[in-house]
Amino acid sequence: MRFMSTRKLALHCAWLMTLAAAAFGQYMFGQSVTSGHHDVVIKNATVMTASHGNIQNGSIYIKDGKIAAVGANVNAPADAVVIDAGGKYLTPGIVDSHSHIALDDDVNEATSPVTPQMIMKDAFDYQDKAIYRALAGGVTTSLLLHGSANMIGGQAVVIKHKFGESRDAMLFPNAPGSIKFASGENPKRVYGSRDQLPSTRMGNFAVQRQALVEAQDYMREWDNYNEKVKRGDKDATMPKHDLKLEALADVLRGKLMVQIHCYRADEMLTEMAMAKEFGYKLRAFHHAVEAYKVADQLAANNVAIATWADWWGFKQEAWDAIPWNAVIAMRKGVRVAIKSDSEDYNRRLNQDAAKIMRYGGATEEEALKMITLNAAWIVGVDDRVGSIDVGKDADLVIWDGYPLSSFGVPEKVLIDGEVYFDRSLPGLGTTRYREGE
Amino acid sequence: MRRSAVSSQHSAVSTRLERSGLAPRRRPLIMILILLTLSTLAFAQDEAVVLKGGKLLTVSHGVIENGVLVMQGGKITAVGPAGAVNVPGDAQVIDASGMTIYPGLIDSETQLGLTEISAETMTNDLVELSDEIMPHMHTAEAFHAESMLIPVARLNGITNAVVAPESEDTLPGQDSFIQLWGASATEMLLIRDNALPLNFTGDQRRNKGAFEKRKYPSTRMGLAAQLRQAFIDAQDYKAKWSDYERKKADAAQNKKPEPLAPKRDLKSEALIPYLEGKKIIVLAAESPSDLETAVNLANEFKLKFVLNHISHSQPVLDYVAGLKVPVIVGPIYELPKEDERYDAVYSLPAQLYKRGVKIVFASYSAHNVRNLPDAAGFATAFGLPHDEALKAITINAAEVWGVADQLGSLDVGKTANVVMANGDPLDVKTDVKQVFIQGRAVPMTDRQTQLRDEYSK
Repeated sequence: MRFMSTRKLALHCAWLMTLAAAAFGQYMFGQSVTSGHHDVVIKNATVMTASHGNIQNGSIYIKDGKIAAVGANVNAPADAVVIDAGGKYLTPGIVDSHSHIALDDDVNEATSPVTPQMIMKDAFDYQDKAIYRALAGGVTTSLLLHGSANMIGGQAVVIKHKFGESRDAMLFPNAPGSIKFASGENPKRVYGSRDQLPSTRMGNFAVQRQALVEAQDYMREWDNYNEKVKRGDKDATMPKHDLKLEALADVLRGKLMVQIHCYRADEMLTEMAMAKEFGYKLRAFHHAVEAYKVADQLAANNVAIATWADWWGFKQEAWDAIPWNAVIAMRKGVRVAIKSDSEDYNRRLNQDAAKIMRYGGATEEEALKMITLNAAWIVGVDDRVGSIDVGKDADLVIWDGYPLSSFGVPEKVLIDGEVYFDRSLPGLGTTRYREGE
Repeated sequence: MRRSAVSSQHSAVSTRLERSGLAPRRRPLIMILILLTLSTLAFAQDEAVVLKGGKLLTVSHGVIENGVLVMQGGKITAVGPAGAVNVPGDAQVIDASGMTIYPGLIDSETQLGLTEISAETMTNDLVELSDEIMPHMHTAEAFHAESMLIPVARLNGITNAVVAPESEDTLPGQDSFIQLWGASATEMLLIRDNALPLNFTGDQRRNKGAFEKRKYPSTRMGLAAQLRQAFIDAQDYKAKWSDYERKKADAAQNKKPEPLAPKRDLKSEALIPYLEGKKIIVLAAESPSDLETAVNLANEFKLKFVLNHISHSQPVLDYVAGLKVPVIVGPIYELPKEDERYDAVYSLPAQLYKRGVKIVFASYSAHNVRNLPDAAGFATAFGLPHDEALKAITINAAEVWGVADQLGSLDVGKTANVVMANGDPLDVKTDVKQVFIQGRAVPMTDRQTQLRDEYSK
């Protein structure tokens, strides 16, 4: 860790994200083979569907950016653009369920431990080259989360890695909202070092509970007011709109999915108890390195985990992290995703999925799901992406070697049926972005 | 870590070994104490152990399908195809059919034994930040042999490593070359002070924070001037001592009063073997300009060096090749510059190899040493031949660190550091089934496997 020490630690601690890229040049809406075509066929591929096994010598028919047919043979119009995969592997695009790229330095509003009104979309830097580098590693969708300095951070943004497109074109259309919570060492260190609350885990949870109590009061106030208005009470005084409490009310109303940064098993239990206390649902524990210790409880509560393959030991609460975490949790019924939390690891999540085959013997499809379909569930877009099924977005990767290994790397990456990355192209290999133009 | 630290949990292979009486078992304390007093030689396995039927990746002389490898007295005593190797009658024979067998892997830069939990300061002995010139720091003196990180690395077939300080100083202190198993630090530290890193990447500048708070050296000019002064001081120091020795001899001969000895200066003293070219400098730079400045400085003092990192020196690879020195390349996971193609660093090992440069890999890590072979495998996806990638974590590393007569290939006479796995050593999916160090079967357990077994029930 000598060479990367400070940088690497920063990556480990999302609250300290590294400086992101500066702004770049102009776009050029260049041409790719699929550009502007409504009908595309990928043929002669080993199709790894991630949902229903592999299809040898399979084909996919893509119509208007959606998968219209999958199988050994597909019916497609005669004038469809054909991509011959040459027998290579085809997988769904990778979904990274925990990322902090493309937010420049604005990952943490670490000025107060409760900032649910932060909306990460407002900081989204759609020109960040990290989006491109992940795309070249096969990532097509990412959940960009607030960091973990705060107990309650902010509202996430879901992006598609359509590098070279406009900002709005890169937002995942109609993705459900997520909010980032955090527990453990990071909030207590950030605020404890300033002699503020919280500086302990007790303090952490007290801050979280206090915020939720205030949100309940806020909701009651509004419910009361709305009730009065409904009754025709002309003297009813409208309560103040409060963005912070409004966001928390959306948590209590179940309108925002809760994504919790949490390492230790005991904290996962406390977070689940708190969710029960206030009546909201948890979508996933992130990092969750001790999930293997409480996997039964996670499964019973239908809480997923987004974890690393084998990171450990970089902080006290990661001391019991083991590479068998994912498989032990999966075998006990937990939905498991492997995520990056890093602009380094998001370039090779396929290798981390392959590690899960090694540590505990996940099957190929189980491992692949951890970076596609399961990750998509955590993000709330599993009905749209994450597997090769009819009706889903044509977010696909053609690999030049077996993807669940050290050796396979993406040859072409398609999003919504368009090629956005092609390794064989000169320059960056991008189709919608040209350096310096 | 130590041989005594054997858990009751074993892989299928090690269970088989235990039944055969080969694997170390729980021993009473008195036995441990006796063993601790034994020498490195005694650590080696006396009984012959034979791996039969595996695919041998010798590294030095090709691949032997259905091979036989014999280890005895801590050394490899025979290697060859089945039928061509005499198996000693009393040997323990391990069926290695379906297995791939290769030499123990060598990580050319780690912080093993210098850290336990990165964020917990008191567990770190990574680099002394009080000054930039600290050649008198010896990693061997901080090396924590009982670190929980060492078995984790060892279980994936990393049997030897360089332990280096972190790189925030220009001369942060001297490396050690270790073996990842042994009765104590004494046995594990195979070579103390084997090399000295010289870092010139800009990260050594003391220019953090407000402009007026910066300290010398806050620029690359400052770093270079300071470094040059350190080597000049060492040259002067050496001359002063030579002069003293001459006068002392003269005094003794002519019965004159003995001259006063010069004061000892540990920093200068530490630099002398490097000035004399007796030990190697590990010269770290990333960009072409830093690289050339650092190389010029090294040449000014006739230092013997290998290069480290050169992650962003793609424009000057022909110059690098012309230096005719090995390169510890990477980490290949270093992000490319903003205007560079995504694979600018991934493809660096292949680019160097094409130019005839001898390359080695390092994990540059403590917790992730076990992932050393992954980087080598990944480099093959960007043009590095598979054989060369394996060499970069075995024989090439052994050559760079001056231990090629003992390590780095499956050859008769070499130390029996041998790995048996269920597939290609460079694939991330490959599971290491048994590691042998000095011919002894390493217990395939660590704190992580213990947690796994406890919670898998």
